[in-house]
Amino acid sequence: MRLEPIKNPTLARKLVPPAIALISTIVIASLLAMVAGANPFSIIGLILKGSFGSQFAILETLNRATPLIFTGLAVAVAFRAKFWNIGAEAQLYAGALMTVLLGTGVLPWPSFAILPLIIVVSILAGAIVLLVPALLKTRFGVDEVVTTLLFNFIFLLFVSMLLEGVLKDPMGMGWPKSARLIPEARLPRIVDGLRLHWGFGLAIFSAVCIWIIQTRSTLGYEMRAVGLNKDAAAFAGIPVNVVIVKTALLSGGLAALAGFSEVAGLKGSLTLDLSPGFGYTGIIVAMLALLNPLGVIVAALFVAGVFVGADSMSRAADVPTYLADIMLATALLLMVLAIMLTRFRVVRD
Amino acid sequence: MSKDAVEALSLSAITKRFGELTANDAVSLSVRVGEVVALLGENGAGKTTLMNILFGQYTADSGTVRVFGDTLPPGNSRAALDAGVGMVHQHFTLADNLTVQENITLGVHSLMKPSLGRAAAKARIAALSKKFHLAVAPDARVGTLSVGERQRVEILKALYRDVRILILDEPTAVLTPQETDDLFATLRLAIEEGLSIIFISHKLHEVMAISDRVVVLRHGKVAGGVDTKDTDKNALAAMMMGTDATAPEVSPAKPGAPLLALHNVTTVDVGSVPGLKSVSLTLKAGQVVGLAGVSGNGQAAMADVVGGLLYPKDGQVVMGGETVQSWTPRIAVQSGIARIPEDRHKTGTIADFDLVENAILERYKSPEFSNGGWLNWRKSRAFADGIIDKYDVRCPGSDTPIRLLSGGNMQKLILGRVIEANPQIILANQPVRGLDIGAVNYVHSQLLAARDRGAAVLLISEDLDEVMALSDVIYVISDGRLSPEFKRGEMTPAQLGLWMAGQGFETDSVHAS
Repeated sequence: MRLEPIKNPTLARKLVPPAIALISTIVIASLLAMVAGANPFSIIGLILKGSFGSQFAILETLNRATPLIFTGLAVAVAFRAKFWNIGAEAQLYAGALMTVLLGTGVLPWPSFAILPLIIVVSILAGAIVLLVPALLKTRFGVDEVVTTLLFNFIFLLFVSMLLEGVLKDPMGMGWPKSARLIPEARLPRIVDGLRLHWGFGLAIFSAVCIWIIQTRSTLGYEMRAVGLNKDAAAFAGIPVNVVIVKTALLSGGLAALAGFSEVAGLKGSLTLDLSPGFGYTGIIVAMLALLNPLGVIVAALFVAGVFVGADSMSRAADVPTYLADIMLATALLLMVLAIMLTRFRVVRD
Repeated sequence: MSKDAVEALSLSAITKRFGELTANDAVSLSVRVGEVVALLGENGAGKTTLMNILFGQYTADSGTVRVFGDTLPPGNSRAALDAGVGMVHQHFTLADNLTVQENITLGVHSLMKPSLGRAAAKARIAALSKKFHLAVAPDARVGTLSVGERQRVEILKALYRDVRILILDEPTAVLTPQETDDLFATLRLAIEEGLSIIFISHKLHEVMAISDRVVVLRHGKVAGGVDTKDTDKNALAAMMMGTDATAPEVSPAKPGAPLLALHNVTTVDVGSVPGLKSVSLTLKAGQVVGLAGVSGNGQAAMADVVGGLLYPKDGQVVMGGETVQSWTPRIAVQSGIARIPEDRHKTGTIADFDLVENAILERYKSPEFSNGGWLNWRKSRAFADGIIDKYDVRCPGSDTPIRLLSGGNMQKLILGRVIEANPQIILANQPVRGLDIGAVNYVHSQLLAARDRGAAVLLISEDLDEVMALSDVIYVISDGRLSPEFKRGEMTPAQLGLWMAGQGFETDSVHAS
C-alpha cells in the first residue's frame, strides 16, 4: 500500500473524510458509553444538550472556549512557521502571574489604565518565556520541542513556589492561592447578569487580527514562507532567524492572554489548577483548525463543547468524565487521518 | 558491434496514469542483445516513470515487461535485478563511509555465510576493472572519490552482479569531456561482451555518438524511434520538441564598465565541497562570463558570494567601486543583482505559494509591493500577471500553487521575476538544468537580451556546450580555483576539459610561488 498525492482534490474529497471522522468519533464514544453502562443512543443528545442546549450551557461553552482560542492561536501561529511551540502552558501561566502581580492593587494607577497595562505586561511576559527557546534554537540549534515542553514543568513549579511563598494569599486559609484581583483589574462581563466576560471578545478580536496579519502583512508572508520552505525563504532574503524569533514573541504573547483572561475574567486569583492543560489542548485546537486563525475559533468551540457537554453527559448518564478526553483524542487522531486522506489517495499494489 | 535479433528487454504498451496525468501512454521499447538504445526526452516526458515501472517501483496500469522472454511480475522491485537488469542512477546510490569493494559487494553476499570471501571478491573486481577499463582502488573510501570515479564504482557494482542489461540515467551530466570519452569506451567494451544498454540523456551529440537506435519520448508517448545512422541532431531535437528548435544567435558583445568584482575571494569549505580559493573575477556590463566546471568544484560558493548568501572569509566583493561591507540576499537584490538559483524547486520557489506570492518573493519589502508592513496584493497580482503574460508562463492562473507548474514554466516565472526588476547583474546558476529545448532556448535568448541591454551576466553551468555557446569570456573552476580568462572561441572543448579535470592549475601555482 502506498500514498499518492492528489493534485487537485474535489470538493467531495475535501469534505467526506472529515465527515466520516466525526461520525466515527461519535460511534466510538457511544460504544464506550455502552461499555460503561449507559444507553449508547442517548449519548450524543446529552452532550449536545450539555454544551449548547441552554443559555447556561452555551455561556459555559463560550467561557471554556476562550482560553482555548488563545492557546490555539498561539500554537497555530508558531506551527505555521514550523516553530514547534509545545510550551503554551508555561506562557499561559506567565500571563496569569503578571495579572495577579499587577492586579492585586500594588499599582497606584488610575483605574482605566490598569487593565491595558496588565494586558501589555502579560503579553510581554509570555513573549519573553518563549524568547529563550527561540534564541536557543536560532543560535545553537537546540530543538524547541524539547525546551518548550520541559519549560512547562519548570514554570509550573516556579509558580508553585511563588504561590507557596511570596504570593500566598494571607487570607487564603493556608491554600496555595494568590490574593484576589482588585475590581479594576477584573475583565467586565459582556452583558450584565450573563456569565460571559470580555476575554471572549478579546479572543475573537485576536483571532481576526492574526488572520489579517497572516494574510495581509509582510510579517505574515514571511512567517508562512519560513514555514513552507526555509531554504527558499533564506535565498530570497527573508531573515529566517529573525522571523522565527518574531513568531515566537507573537505566539508566547497570545498564550499569555489565555492566562490573563482566565484570571481576570473568570477566577479572580491564581491557583495551580488554573489550567487543566489548556496549553496542550491548544495544539489539538490548532491542528483541527488546520492552523487557520479563524478556524481556531470554530475548533475551540467544538473542543470546549465536547468538554462541557461530556461533563454534563457523564453526570446525567453516570459514566466517567474521562469519556470527554477519549472523545477529543479520538476526534483529533481521526481528523488528522481524514485531513491526510483529503490530500493523498491510498493505492494498493 | 555484433547484433543479433535476440530481444534482451521489451517493454510493451506500458500505460501509467497518476490521477489525470498520463505519465506513460502505451509506451513500447525494446532492446536487442549488444545494442545501445538511447532514450531521449525532455523532463517530464515519462523517462523516469518508465524506468520506475521496469524496476517495480510503480505498477503499470497496463502493459508488460519482459526480460529475455520472461515476463516480470509487476510491482516486485527485485524481479528486474534478479533478471539481470542494472541501473546507474544520476544521483549515485553509494555509501560514502564504505570502501569501493564494500560498496560493490554490498547486498550480493549472504551475511549468513561465515566468510565474506573478500579475497575472491577483490580478484573479481580487479578482473572486471581491467577488462572494462574502469580504474578504481578497491580499498579507497567512496567518500574520498571524485564524481567520475564514483560513477565507475556504480558501473562496476552492476557488472559485478552479472547484469546483462545496463541502464544509465544521464550518466554524463557530472563528467568532464575526457571522462565522458572514457565512459563511452567502457560502454563499447560492454557491448562487445554482449550487454545491452539503455542510455537516458538529453544531450543530442552524445546520443548520436554512442547509440545504435534512438527512442524519443514526448508527453508520455513514443514520439519516434529511429536508427541513429539515419538521423541527425536537428531531426532528434525536432522529434523531442514536436517543432523545429533553433538556438538563439549570439551577436558580438560590447563590454562596458566593470559592475562587480571579486578580489582574491576565499570562502570556507563545506564538508567535502571546496570553497573558493583566492578567486578574482570581474563582471562587466554587456558581457556574459561563463563559469565551466565539473559539479561540486566551488560553483555553489561562487553563486552564494555573488548572490549575497555568503560573505567571503578573505578578500573583497567590490560593487560600483566600493567594497561591500554587509552582504545579504536582500542587499544583493537591492543593488541590482538578479539571481536565478541552481535549484528552482528547493531554493527558487516555495512550492505551496501561488504565482503571485512567488513573484514577489525577493522584493516583497520594496515600496512596489508593500507599504508600512502591509502587502499590496493588487499590485503584486498585477506584477505576477504581467510576468505570466510577457514570459508566457503556462498556468491556470496566478492563484495556482507553483508546484503544479512544469519546470520550464517555473523557470520562466523566476526569469520574469528577476528581469522585470531591471537588474544590472544577472547571476544564472544552471539556468536551464532539466528544461526542454524550447525552454532552454527561451531562457538563453532572455539572458542574451539582458546582456545586449547592458547587463553583466555570470553563467554558471556544468554543461560545457551551454557555457561555450553563450559566454563572451570563459573561466574554468576546479577545486575552488579559477583558471585564467579565455575569450570566446579561444579554447576547444578538449582544452577546457583538461582545465575542468584540474590540469593547468599546478603550473599556475608554481608561477605564483
